[in-house]
Amino acid sequence: MTIDWAAFSPWMALTGGLLLGLASAVFILVNGRILGISGILGGLLRPKTGDTGWRISFLLGLVAAPTVYGVFTSLPEARVDAGWSAVILAGLLVGFGTRYGSGCTSGHGVCGLSRLSPRSLVATLTFMGAGFLVVYLMKHLIGFA
Amino acid sequence: MQRLIEFVVGLMFGLGLLISGMTDPGKVIGFLDLAGAWDPSLAFVMGGAIVVGIFAFGMAKKRTVDFFGGAIRWPSSSTIDRRLIGGALVFGVGWGIAGFCPGPALVSLAAGVPKAFGFVVAMVVGMAIFEWLEIRRTGDN
Repeated sequence: MTIDWAAFSPWMALTGGLLLGLASAVFILVNGRILGISGILGGLLRPKTGDTGWRISFLLGLVAAPTVYGVFTSLPEARVDAGWSAVILAGLLVGFGTRYGSGCTSGHGVCGLSRLSPRSLVATLTFMGAGFLVVYLMKHLIGFA
Repeated sequence: MQRLIEFVVGLMFGLGLLISGMTDPGKVIGFLDLAGAWDPSLAFVMGGAIVVGIFAFGMAKKRTVDFFGGAIRWPSSSTIDRRLIGGALVFGVGWGIAGFCPGPALVSLAAGVPKAFGFVVAMVVGMAIFEWLEIRRTGDN
């Protein structure tokens, strides 16, 4: 294994991570809910009365982030190497998989691990393992992307 | 008041994703690419989030209501089943293909990244397929 020292950004990663943890902390203590993006978004598809306002407020805050960030400094780049058809396929898989498995990187990865949930630990190890494997196959076996 | 806090929490979360580098699929793939030049940054993102989270969730577990007196809603399921593992596998494959997970994809969409738009539309379709299958499975809508 070789480390990509040029790309490695531990302080920004740690600062951003602390902010993600803080947001999850405020959410459970103030709002009584797990901060999981796939669940918050997916719950809008079959809306229940009285259960949509908080979802919409949260998501509006989330999508306001680039505008607020842009006031202080230029936005970080978003390098999408995957082609359009791969992006669409990936979106379908992520949408279905996160709902079928009851969570994504935020709900299982951050909140679930923080509350020491065995279910979330299994989910996190599984999606990370799948991610490692797919990138290995695409980059080093098939040489695609 | 609640709505305002939810908005601010969403904003904090989005800023956290931008600062940490999670909104750049190239950086996410750099983390997932163990066999290439590996960028361990995202392990620090998770680590930072969990350090704060452990304290907060430890506090929350001792309470029955949140600061506003509403019930704390813990996930009801505790079984490790085929749905959990199958769903996580499918999610992980999609994550590895494009480098987007749901939060960063929404933030990148708002930042005007064209492929993030395509990803989010497909993601919502994927979520809708799940809901449709659930309605068929449970016979409830």
